[in-house]
Amino acid sequence: MSIVLPGENVPAQHVNLKLGPGLLQSTTSTSSDASRPSIIATRAGTLHHSANGAKWWVESNSRRYVPAAQESVVGVVTHRAGEGYRVDIGTAHPASLDALAFEGASRRNKPNLKVGSLVYARVSLAHKDMEPELECFDAQTRKAEGFGELKGGFVVRCSLKMSRDLLDPSHFLLPLLGGRFPLEVAVGMNGRVWISAKEVKQTIAIARCIGEVDTDGGGMGIEGVKKLLDSLDV
Amino acid sequence: MRPPSPSIPEKEFLFASLKQSLRLDGRSALELRTPTFTYGPELGWVECSLGKTRVLAHVDGKMVKPPPERPFEGMITIHSEISPMASSDYEIGRPSDEEVTITRMLDKVLKRSDAVDKESLCIQAGQRVWHIRLTLHFLSDAGNMLDCACLAGIVALKHFRRPDIEVIGDEVIVHAPTERAPVPLAIQHTPFCLTFAFFPDSETSPILDPNQLEQRLSAGLLSIALNAQRELCVLQKLGGVPLVNDEVLRLVDVAVTKAQELNILVDTSLREDWAQRKVEVR
Repeated sequence: MSIVLPGENVPAQHVNLKLGPGLLQSTTSTSSDASRPSIIATRAGTLHHSANGAKWWVESNSRRYVPAAQESVVGVVTHRAGEGYRVDIGTAHPASLDALAFEGASRRNKPNLKVGSLVYARVSLAHKDMEPELECFDAQTRKAEGFGELKGGFVVRCSLKMSRDLLDPSHFLLPLLGGRFPLEVAVGMNGRVWISAKEVKQTIAIARCIGEVDTDGGGMGIEGVKKLLDSLDV
Repeated sequence: MRPPSPSIPEKEFLFASLKQSLRLDGRSALELRTPTFTYGPELGWVECSLGKTRVLAHVDGKMVKPPPERPFEGMITIHSEISPMASSDYEIGRPSDEEVTITRMLDKVLKRSDAVDKESLCIQAGQRVWHIRLTLHFLSDAGNMLDCACLAGIVALKHFRRPDIEVIGDEVIVHAPTERAPVPLAIQHTPFCLTFAFFPDSETSPILDPNQLEQRLSAGLLSIALNAQRELCVLQKLGGVPLVNDEVLRLVDVAVTKAQELNILVDTSLREDWAQRKVEVR
């Protein structure tokens, strides 16, 4: 693991190379050997790669979300526009969600989302010159796979690093909370986490734990979270 | 682009939790986030934070010719512009409603309440006066920027010291800080601003120091500016929630105790900082 800065050359070489967030294949090759493409970092952070060296990415923390295809996000419907919806997912431009991109939706039977509804969706199109597009189903199987409107609950905002950590199965927070009381969570990669529990104080406890564990908010460890939960009486 | 209003689930959850008198950050209804102050290397450079809301205040002074209609008074100007640095909801160039409210309240609380004695800023009548400029930078918005800005502003004014001057005949000698200790501004009283938020449901009790979500979903805000000596400076009510007289008086009483607590907090914090700045002169 090493730290890279934007513009720095990255020694990523593989026959089947896949570049993740924060890396770019530069078009004007600066390396002396033209057959080897030069890879540069576009973000500051720590450089990671998979065990066989085929996948490379840069880990860093930020608050503003930049959409990337196939990432799941939590968004708020801000407008109804003809055949679809405008959804705020925290990006520079609002995303569009087609009314037919839901499980079982047809011309006759379309979902009815109100302005202000929450949706859990997947980014289907993310291009630097176009507005991001969302979908609430798997385009191949046409099944919802957990996507769709989120009813009830509450939304917590956190840093992008925190939302990635919550998706990591080895992270301690969600199993710890789940051991204390039943809860539902939908983690968006855009730094928004939808949470739902039976009681109001349990939901508040989840929201506060996420805020405290977030490296932006204090970076509390597992012992601290246990103490906090005890003090909140949940 | 106006900031998108909070989603329906967020609204419903917040109202349900406030009905059980539970707040999202674990505070009680009339509890203030404890402010913290960070002082910079210069005098009159203060960063005030209320939870995640942060405002930076900076004071500087220079000598100018006073306007002919007020030859015996110094000048105070307040610059407060909310940039997109605070939150992506704000834009450059187009002042939002919140910015207009904050600018007007700052003017009322810090300038028109005569917190700083303007006549003491006069050097030579009609010729030279001090022009005190207070600049506020809104670094991060997590609700209730108004109270944070007022607090940062008044602490910066109390922290600031201007160079000592001497008038001999028509000549003004400015003494460098190394030569003579700089003098503090003549602060007559210390006003604090406290904001209460009301909700559409009349059973929900008002809350002090709303966070961003609470502020957005509130039906009305009541800002009370007063000092620890129980002197009311400004009382501003925004939004159309009807209020009973007794309720306003009760909140003013709450604000008085909070202002007294803040006064002690600010004084100890300024004293601690001043103790660190002592330089031994031999």
